[in-house]
Amino acid sequence: MARRAQPLGAGPGIGAAACLAALILGTLAAVAWRAEAGGGLTAADWAAVRFTALQAALSASLSVALAIPVARALARRRFAGRRALIALLGVPFILPVIVAVLGLLQVFGRAGWVSEALGLFGLPPVRIYGLHGVVLAHVFLNLPLATRLILQGWQEVPAERFRLAAQLGFGPWAMLRLIEVPMLRQVVPGALAVVFAICLTSFAVALTLGGGPRATTIELAIYQSFRFDFDLGRAALLSGLQIVLTTGAAVVALRLARGTGFGAGLDRPVQRWDGRGAPARAGDAAWIGGTALFLILPLAAIAASGLAGFAGLPPAVWRAAAVSLAVAGVSTGLLLLMALPMAGAVALGRYGLIEVAGLLGLAASPLVIGTGLFILLRPYTDPTALALPVTALVNAVMALPFALRILVPRASEVVERHGRLALSLGMGRGAFLRLVFLPRMRAQIGFAAGLAMALSMGDLGVIALFAGAETATLPLQVYRLMGAYRMEAAAGAALLLLALSVGSFWILDRGGRWHAEA
Amino acid sequence: MLKLENCVIDNGGFFLAADLAVERGRIVAVIGPSGGGKTTLLEAIAGFLPVIEGAVLWRGRDITALAPGARPVAMLFQDGNLFPHLSAAQNVGLGLRPDLRLSRDQWQTVEDALARVGLSGLGQRKPAALSGGQRARVALSRLMVQHRDIMLLDEPFAALGPALKAEMLVLVAELARESGATVLMVSHEPEDARRIADEVIFVDGGQAHPPLGTKALFASPPDALRAYLGGD
Repeated sequence: MARRAQPLGAGPGIGAAACLAALILGTLAAVAWRAEAGGGLTAADWAAVRFTALQAALSASLSVALAIPVARALARRRFAGRRALIALLGVPFILPVIVAVLGLLQVFGRAGWVSEALGLFGLPPVRIYGLHGVVLAHVFLNLPLATRLILQGWQEVPAERFRLAAQLGFGPWAMLRLIEVPMLRQVVPGALAVVFAICLTSFAVALTLGGGPRATTIELAIYQSFRFDFDLGRAALLSGLQIVLTTGAAVVALRLARGTGFGAGLDRPVQRWDGRGAPARAGDAAWIGGTALFLILPLAAIAASGLAGFAGLPPAVWRAAAVSLAVAGVSTGLLLLMALPMAGAVALGRYGLIEVAGLLGLAASPLVIGTGLFILLRPYTDPTALALPVTALVNAVMALPFALRILVPRASEVVERHGRLALSLGMGRGAFLRLVFLPRMRAQIGFAAGLAMALSMGDLGVIALFAGAETATLPLQVYRLMGAYRMEAAAGAALLLLALSVGSFWILDRGGRWHAEA
Repeated sequence: MLKLENCVIDNGGFFLAADLAVERGRIVAVIGPSGGGKTTLLEAIAGFLPVIEGAVLWRGRDITALAPGARPVAMLFQDGNLFPHLSAAQNVGLGLRPDLRLSRDQWQTVEDALARVGLSGLGQRKPAALSGGQRARVALSRLMVQHRDIMLLDEPFAALGPALKAEMLVLVAELARESGATVLMVSHEPEDARRIADEVIFVDGGQAHPPLGTKALFASPPDALRAYLGGD
């Protein structure tokens, strides 16, 4: 079919995608070039591979296994605070990992609340470092995502099914077998794959709670061979390994995953007539209450101890906060510069772009890109001097798949709904962008920018790789304070970080929706 | 004269053939069954659909290859004729300059155009704050300031009630007579055609027939039209 006239150009979007591909593939090439295959993999490297896969598999299965009853309870119960709880399920996405870890330490750590409670009964304290600590943190961070994904599945079951089931007098078993299991069979593999892929590249959790020969992930091993041994060849070899693993996982996740968990309407309860008995009600209440406690307690712990440490925050923390705001701001700008043209190009029918961008974004791990950039930059300049720009760039690349998922549907709608009118008025591409495309996309741009800002604000990845002693972002500063056992200052800084991340998300998201017409 | 010479229009696999001419300044109704190709005909003239054979000519000039905005054509669609985030005045202003950088005189022209359709003082309202009839008037006043030779109306008033729709059609006829524009308007109601159209183009089964005088046509319709109109 001949091509229809279009109100926008696809060129800038294709250009942005090409730059992105060049960046990611270029860093991968650099990694491949430096990788010392001759040395081969040591026993320690294989241990890292095994640990990475094991912790990701455990984290994914536990998150999803717990998410099923929680989502089921949330889907069929109405109670005061339900909306708030479902909103809370969205928070871990923008929660800086280091803040989550610090909160978990205060609840489950050696001197934490749980250990103290056990101490009252003369029991030994819990040990949080190692495999179970890593898995605990991953479940804390991903149980909400898994719950949202599965809740979406429950809400997509047509209401008529539940009505028919009530009409036919289905018991709990029939309900499970005929309605719930078929739905779960569709939703659960995707949720498992997504959480598995996320946990494969998780770095900050392993950095803080893992370590040692028995609890080192590949990402952490890259970091260690980089920072401690300055063995670029080995870092590159490990990066290659990581790429193979994450690309595989990303391909599977993209195949299986259906929703994003961002969808609107998740706070709408499903109308059901079963599960009215006392045991079912008590069970659901326990799941909901338990999850709420599990999510709220660590945050409350940070708030409580952070407030105490807030007054005496060292000046370095405030400096780091300013640095973080600047890095996150630049990163958000970069993200929009890439994502908006790409969303426009996809809206014009270049679907291939989003597939490529989504896959590259998911498959590339920050530390791998960081290692590649380090190798590329080193012949020309001192890479540590570029720590902050590199961090901003890598954060923008990491946020891109999410941003595209938010922007693309709306961009398609805007082009679809207003493109013809704009063309018939003879509106040029610049005028369409300024008068129609950007104003109509404002709410989505605000949401995407808020996510990007919060993600960049809280990121503790590539900055840990590049930063010299004198530069720090706020998450790195928190990590350093923790390393120095200044837990009170660390909690204060973590609270500041939490406030900045959630605050900047809130402001950008709100700002986008302010006075926006439907 | 608007001429479609041996045209074949491709609408994603649906093909419409048209070989017809419309005299300048005429108001022409385009009628026929749903899916027959009425919208396809208008969208081809407006430049949204490719004409794969033949040529579209306006006053002897071939406009087949021109972009939609470069044609002497202004079009109103079934819906989405106003941008919901722009005020009524801005929506009309787009007809003067699609980048909306208007001079003071041009804003005055916009005010006058809104006054002409009975909307004085409502220029600052957004479409959501206007009634359906008022929104249609805003779109019509933009059509007015566009000053294009050809106006294409693809049932823009379909969502209005019968009385309001009749009122709008009379307004369209008035505006067209004032500016001397040629009008092609799609309609489902033979009544609309009778009300304002000089001629009727009947479109059915992938074929757009040349225009015939409204009165004569309805007095003795050809078989295909008789089947479409039904009744006696």
